[in-house]
Amino acid sequence: MLRLHPYVYHRPRRLDEALELLKEHSGDVLPIAGGTDLVPNMKHGLFAPGHLVALKGIDELHGIEERDGELAIGAAESLTAVASHPLVNDHFPALAHAASLVAHPMIRNQGTLGGNICLDTRCTYYNQTHFWRRALGYCLKKDGDVCHVVAGGTKCVAAHSADTPPILMALDAAVDIASADGERSIKLSDFFTADGMWNKRLERHELVTRVRIPLPSPKLHATYTKVRERKSVDFPLLSIALAVELDDSGVMDSISLIVAALGAKPRVIGGLDKIAVGKKPTDDIVEAVARQTYRQCNPLDNIIVEIEWRRAMVPVYVRRSFNAILAEPRATA
Amino acid sequence: MASLDRPGELLIEAIRLTVNGDTHDLGVPSHYTLLEALRYVLGLTGPKQGCDKGDCGACTVLLDGVPTLSCILPVQEAIGKEVTTIEGLAAPDAPHALQDAFDLTGGAQCGFCTSGILMSAAALLAANRSPTRLEIREALAGNLCRCTGYTKIYEAIELAAAALREERMPAELKGS
Repeated sequence: MLRLHPYVYHRPRRLDEALELLKEHSGDVLPIAGGTDLVPNMKHGLFAPGHLVALKGIDELHGIEERDGELAIGAAESLTAVASHPLVNDHFPALAHAASLVAHPMIRNQGTLGGNICLDTRCTYYNQTHFWRRALGYCLKKDGDVCHVVAGGTKCVAAHSADTPPILMALDAAVDIASADGERSIKLSDFFTADGMWNKRLERHELVTRVRIPLPSPKLHATYTKVRERKSVDFPLLSIALAVELDDSGVMDSISLIVAALGAKPRVIGGLDKIAVGKKPTDDIVEAVARQTYRQCNPLDNIIVEIEWRRAMVPVYVRRSFNAILAEPRATA
Repeated sequence: MASLDRPGELLIEAIRLTVNGDTHDLGVPSHYTLLEALRYVLGLTGPKQGCDKGDCGACTVLLDGVPTLSCILPVQEAIGKEVTTIEGLAAPDAPHALQDAFDLTGGAQCGFCTSGILMSAAALLAANRSPTRLEIREALAGNLCRCTGYTKIYEAIELAAAALREERMPAELKGS
């Protein structure tokens, strides 16, 4: 039995009320949407805020609609809704697929897109009970000053473990962010940082309110693949999002490849323009992309599966991602 | 941020819950999950406290018909919604076709996962009268059973689906 600590549970109906509560109780408050990650984390003693601000009852954080050449998805929409919504499936089947791969059906019913984007980083030495962590002498990320992943490490390397951000980055999505001080937007590709303690450019009193994705050109093909131990429940050991634009003759006009779940920040693979753009995705080119990706990916022992195997799977899943895209009968994202 | 060592003030909240068609006005510690309110305030011990952190599905109940993990749901999130637990799936003298079918096929062994599985399966059959084996597997992908290997569970759900479609008792189909 895992008990929660006492807290006050606020259920505002309007976004401005929620933002005020976050400001008012600054330092002793957390927002909660689906709670599918936060509640277990609180049960593990990783967070113990005196106040929780519930977001699901706020209408402004809901809705999936097309407007101004974009698909806008409210941050409090459930992952089940994202995975099954006709507009998401029409425009971005790879996003619907990624949402459908999160954890398991009940988690997707409760968990939200905004929560998935803001998911706390994960590590073998962090996502454990208080008893377990105390026995080990705690860690950098919580209550301690030692990193058990990198000997002598002073920087937390807990893994980004969410399924929707990599594909959203490949699809050039942006998020709208609100706080009591105002609103701003940021491209998701600029949102994450390599700091495992807190891997996002989001102040503690700010909320992600909406995700906006530019509607795709007919040339865009995208795919998301996730490596995990079981086909359900588990977080990724490695995940790859790939988006390419193919012209009528099958030549790649653009390529975006993101590898996640290795470190705190989803890695945008560099140098692919030179290797792939203006060329057809032949076996040789795919192999060159796979090699380039492998070179840039160095997993750490932050997840319980061997790093050699996780690294070896990188080129394998790059090839599989291309195979998935090339097997598509028509240009879809 | 409050530290773990700081004993927080226990706060009892007045909460109205609708569970299995009955409305209850309850005083519940504000940090309770729905599962804790069901088990320790209402005495409904059908939903099980397994992993208690959202991995195993033994605590699954229906929230407005949607399979939901009650162990990680703050109790306040159930306010204004219909909660259905295994106790409310059917009347004691007239079991749900799923319950009959699990009995007939041996779909339950130790039984700890069974109430959660029945709730996931009930939601599936409410939405889909003729689920394929794959759809059943997908629907149960968050309910861990460590006894049966699932084969009997799938058979039970297929039997229950057929019985509901044909408006017959699972026993009649099983015998035929």
